[in-house]
Amino acid sequence: MHPAFSVVFFTTATGAGYGLLALLGLLGGFGFIPADFWLGLVGMALALGLIAAGLLSSTGHLGRPERAWRAFSQWRSSWLSREGVASVATFLPAALFGIGWVFLGKSGGWVAAAGLLAAAGAVITVTTTGMIYASLKPIAQWHSRYTLPAYLIFAGMTGSVLANALLQGFRQGSTAMLIWALLATLAGWGWKLATWRYNDRLEIPTTANTATGLAGGTVRSIEWPHTEENYLLKEMGFRIAREHSAKLRRITQALAFAVPAILLAIVYFLPWPLSAIASMLAAVAQLAGMLVERWLFFAEAKHTVTLYYGRE
Amino acid sequence: MTCLPVQTDKKLGLVIDLDTCVGCQACVTACKEWNTGGHMAPLTDIDPYGGHVDGVWFNRVHSYEHTTELGGRTVNFPRSCLHCEQPACVTVCPTGASYKRASDGIVLVDEDKCIGCKLCSWACPYGAREFDTDVGVMKKCTLCVDRIYNDNLAEDDRVPACVAACPTSARHFGDLGDPASAISQLVEERGGVALMPELGYKPTNIYLPPRARSQRAAKVDAPALEPIEAEGGFLGWIDRMLSN
Repeated sequence: MHPAFSVVFFTTATGAGYGLLALLGLLGGFGFIPADFWLGLVGMALALGLIAAGLLSSTGHLGRPERAWRAFSQWRSSWLSREGVASVATFLPAALFGIGWVFLGKSGGWVAAAGLLAAAGAVITVTTTGMIYASLKPIAQWHSRYTLPAYLIFAGMTGSVLANALLQGFRQGSTAMLIWALLATLAGWGWKLATWRYNDRLEIPTTANTATGLAGGTVRSIEWPHTEENYLLKEMGFRIAREHSAKLRRITQALAFAVPAILLAIVYFLPWPLSAIASMLAAVAQLAGMLVERWLFFAEAKHTVTLYYGRE
Repeated sequence: MTCLPVQTDKKLGLVIDLDTCVGCQACVTACKEWNTGGHMAPLTDIDPYGGHVDGVWFNRVHSYEHTTELGGRTVNFPRSCLHCEQPACVTVCPTGASYKRASDGIVLVDEDKCIGCKLCSWACPYGAREFDTDVGVMKKCTLCVDRIYNDNLAEDDRVPACVAACPTSARHFGDLGDPASAISQLVEERGGVALMPELGYKPTNIYLPPRARSQRAAKVDAPALEPIEAEGGFLGWIDRMLSN
């Protein structure tokens, strides 16, 4: 599948934004993070900014962005429509929580309720994003039990590492948050390795034989219907060389998982402000690594239509 | 509404005979000609005379070499929308632009509602939908809705343009939901198959596999030529000398 930058950025940014929003909503709402004006302001601006930038970026993928409002109508059948509804609906409790926690300096009571609802909205929205991909049968690498948990785990992971960087930046860091961010990063690493392992051994039942209805033997494409690449090949016929894929997987592992894990482990022993700088570096490296991961998620996914063009 | 009808009154669709298709591309050009002025018009071409020709087509003919233990053969394979009973292209649509008609099962796109998110083309395993980069919306085969119900056309012409154009009658149109229809009988008789049945889209269009090889093939070998006698005389001697 063609890795369109608008969609790669959209899923990575909103994942991190919703992860951070969920953590702030829960930890701030229930008073685990003190209601500090500047910490709250920067944290909520970062979370909502990532979400808004991602959503705006996703409209760049549309042929007719001026009609985007129509996408809220088909939530009964479409995961994309559900994503649209959930993402906009989450802004309401998030705004209420932001007003209560940041501007009024409150936690507990209705602020906790709003924070809880914002966290629930974040989880639901990331779930709908994951299901858009997990529900697509023509793409075997996406239509697997690994896809939805991956979106949830990566949102939680990037959100946690961002939350840790935020708290460390304001000298509010805690060992619990640090360990949580480290464990989330290791969980993300494990899940990605398991997914790659699964995809590399995938035996796809759909073949050129079932695609053409020609039973038995081999079916070899000898002539395309057109001489140049058409929409189908540009959009769904994207191919990546095996050595490039292997190299990008190593870059993903280094940036998204290994470097942040090492930095977070070191943070425990560092005095402020070095701990803050290391925590922020971990977050930046991880987000860069997740952009590579998401690019690969598209680039390595193979659509059944490529079978018609002799691209196994 | 992008929820699917529980059932449709008719299942209009095509049956394509892979045995008789000669890959002449007549259906492709007839489709393009009709539809670029039809329901989903225009079928935009990008850089049509340049080095990177691209454009929207509803029907594409591939050619394959199918090799089995009995030998190999060339199979021409027209590919277009199969008007599935379970079209995921419709259910994934966030705007309601894609829909399946309850009356005849035809899958259509309302171009005025399409936002061009392209998700329907990802959801279609058959590559039936093509994005028009110029208009910014998704386009697809309409089964020539503007021909098959068109009272202005002679009754014989009320079939999709691709069916009307086929010189070898490899394309058939009709109601596949009615077991008594000629097209359903043809599928029954020839053992028609659905494409990618394992994905569960239940395509309406059916393909007829090439017929089995005949054991009564025509004898084409000519009688053996008589041996040529060596030329005698002086010229024969020169010929033999020069041939050495």
